[in-house]
Amino acid sequence: MNIIVCIKQVPDTTEIKIDPVKGTLIREGVPSIMNPDDKGGLELALKMKDQFGAHVTVISMGPPQADVMLREAFAMGADRAILLSDRKFAGADTLATSYALSGLCRMLDYDLIIAGRQAIDGDTAQVGPELAEHLDLPQITYVADAQLMDNGHLLVHKENEDSVQVLEVEGKCLLTVLASAFEPRYMSVSGIIDAYDKEVEVWGADKIDVEEGKLGLAGSPTKVFQSFPKAMKAPGEVHEVSEEEAVELIVNKLKEKHII
Amino acid sequence: MEKKDYKNVFVFAEQREGVIQPVAFELLGKARDLADVLGEKVVAMFLGYGIKDQAQTLIEYGADEVVVVDTPELKDYLSEQYSQAVYQIIDERKPNIVLYGATTIGRDMAPRLASRLKAGLTADCTKLEIQPNKEGGEDLHSTRPAFGGNLMATIVCPNTRPQMSTVRPGVMQKMQRQPGRNGVVTEFAPKFDTSKFKVKLVKTIKADKQMADISEAKILVSGGRGVHNKEGFDKLQALADVVGGQVASSRAMVDNGVMPHECQVGQTGKTVRPNLYVACGISGAIQHLAGMEESDFIIAINKDKYAPIFSVADLGIVGDLHKIVPMLTERLKKEMAQ
Repeated sequence: MNIIVCIKQVPDTTEIKIDPVKGTLIREGVPSIMNPDDKGGLELALKMKDQFGAHVTVISMGPPQADVMLREAFAMGADRAILLSDRKFAGADTLATSYALSGLCRMLDYDLIIAGRQAIDGDTAQVGPELAEHLDLPQITYVADAQLMDNGHLLVHKENEDSVQVLEVEGKCLLTVLASAFEPRYMSVSGIIDAYDKEVEVWGADKIDVEEGKLGLAGSPTKVFQSFPKAMKAPGEVHEVSEEEAVELIVNKLKEKHII
Repeated sequence: MEKKDYKNVFVFAEQREGVIQPVAFELLGKARDLADVLGEKVVAMFLGYGIKDQAQTLIEYGADEVVVVDTPELKDYLSEQYSQAVYQIIDERKPNIVLYGATTIGRDMAPRLASRLKAGLTADCTKLEIQPNKEGGEDLHSTRPAFGGNLMATIVCPNTRPQMSTVRPGVMQKMQRQPGRNGVVTEFAPKFDTSKFKVKLVKTIKADKQMADISEAKILVSGGRGVHNKEGFDKLQALADVVGGQVASSRAMVDNGVMPHECQVGQTGKTVRPNLYVACGISGAIQHLAGMEESDFIIAINKDKYAPIFSVADLGIVGDLHKIVPMLTERLKKEMAQ
């Protein structure tokens, strides 16, 4: 069984601060990490490897610095790592990113593709389903469990707001998984040592099956018109009133805010 | 592509088990605003099985037309079945704008469709506006949080149509229902390619209410030391039940064994961002604030007027939660009954 896992290097958004004067993001000193949902996806792939002896290829698109994250994936147990890195990919939105990744996937043998539900920098949850569509694969998103059955089908738990759907899928497919469902393993000591002997393959646009005009900025239907820091919260109101008045104040506020 | 050939504001009106979801009405409300600015129509796409009788409801909440697909294949949400049907509607009708709820259904289907249509999609929008563009036409400006909510970004699709967005539930305002409002109901029969139906639904397990994840809750009623004990939390639960929320807790009440760890909000518990967070008897240690200060609206009830929780509260009440919470519960019961 060949599994492709899509992973992304992201800034740790819990460490990001806003410059109070300029109102811009302070990125210096913010650590880069493997996106948590993607790491959960890698864990699912490695579990399958433990059980059935799968071959796990991690792929990523990004700048050369993503090498560190791909070596972390080696140290966790991945067998092969490919980084798509080329100026031609620059400025890609989710559609152009998923298109480039589809061009890479088409160059590889795979039975299953696993991606994280969403990346913590963009939070779009779009690349997985868009990639599935480019490759004409069935998709299951919000995956909390996936088991390979004796008949070769996958039995998958999809977590919705109010229910869990148990789904069965036959043949190749793409899953997007939730970090909360797959606690990632630690890197092993021997894995860490080996990780630096292994090769992270760096591929450019010329090595994958794509039309260049659909890559990067040119292939992106969405453009960022502007970005700005979230408005600082205005101080709220505090009332010292009778209980009756307090209830009145709360009910009126809830109505005003359309919460009730 | 000729942008001018794409007209009208379409809404994917989500239903689950035949119940139209609140986000559908919210999207219709916003679509109404956008369509009025553009001088276009609001069209709801309403898919499912045994649902067409409810199309009029969508008209009364702002749709000018409802395109109904009522067929057994769409009884339960499945990505491919729904994507094929919605794709065919969009392909035939060529909408200018399409809105979806940012739910596990909308966020599954909308990117699948964006990829099929080669259209731009903006996720989890909190604000939508029509703005003039340089060609003398108009573009949809979709604003959304990014970088974990540290930054807001406004996204446009200058060259492609339809312009698609998913919108967070609870953000937009639904219209006041207008009983008897006039509109058109159109039935649409998609041609399914069943060879692509590779995913089968084995069964659906309804979420256990007790096990529901507080980080997914839209409304949280959270208690701290001031709640005292289990009986105190029963009052909070009663309030949560009335407004369809869940109960959460500060660390203090988890450490002393009154509440389970799954309910803990804060640095060593969960980070939550509900539409409404009611902090009862919580002083507001920095570790607690870190887990909830991004909530859309925060109400704090505390006896101590110097409690730090009031610094993040949108509405602070200095008073006794043991009196106020039950009174509020009774009052809201009456409000909700109306």
